[in-house]
Amino acid sequence: MATKPRIKLPDTVKTGDVIEVKTLITHVMETGNRKDSAGKPVPRDILNTFVAKYGQDEVFRAELGPGISANPYISFQMRVPGPGTFEFSWTDDHGVTTVETAALNVV
Amino acid sequence: MTELPHIQILTRRSFVVSAAAGLCLSSRLAHAETPSSGTLERSTLFNEDFRALTAGAAPVEGKIVLELPEIAENGNFVPVTITVDSPMTAENHVKAIHLLSTSNPVAKVATFHLSPFNAVARVQSRMRLSKTQDVIALAQMSDGTLAIATTLVKVTIGGCSG
Repeated sequence: MATKPRIKLPDTVKTGDVIEVKTLITHVMETGNRKDSAGKPVPRDILNTFVAKYGQDEVFRAELGPGISANPYISFQMRVPGPGTFEFSWTDDHGVTTVETAALNVV
Repeated sequence: MTELPHIQILTRRSFVVSAAAGLCLSSRLAHAETPSSGTLERSTLFNEDFRALTAGAAPVEGKIVLELPEIAENGNFVPVTITVDSPMTAENHVKAIHLLSTSNPVAKVATFHLSPFNAVARVQSRMRLSKTQDVIALAQMSDGTLAIATTLVKVTIGGCSG
């Protein structure tokens, strides 16, 4: 289960700035290749999709595989088109989506 | 924070990668100073995925800087930074970056989809590496061309199976 999404944005930005958007979420990212102590395979359970929207626009998307570390960290760049709010969503193998929003402080 | 990404990324390794640009793949792999050994075995799965992604086209080298630690002490947690040299305009931008491992149980680590919104084609994440291997970044440009970068990572303790 995905918990505690964390977003790091610059404190203040200006329209036209290129900013780094850092995201982190707590998730085991179980690969499906591991066995538990009883020798039973542990079923795969990963976040397979990450989407970042700014306002109505999708600005970044990632498909993740089991090769991404536990507690996936993803950062990307964006040119600030103006004031707005991010909506980040992570979807797991069961189709459950965790959503986090963060407003950008445009001065 | 990252206003001058192109200056930050000029590490010695990336310089070696850049310096190798322009040479064809086979001769580059044979070159002793490049970070790739060329002797490491690549998984069947990787070869299949790579063939499907490139569809026979020959990706160009030198446009991507793929930064990874030279030695990863913990294969569960290997920081990776991919930077593609692109103006990121509507006419000329990076559409997708595929991150591939050549020896993990699953070759496709991630695919990042970019657009002109991003302005700078630079993505960071953390990946698993089951053992010492080449990591490959393959970028699809808006004009249909492909770019590639390869970085060898020596893994001390393998991450359990990416």
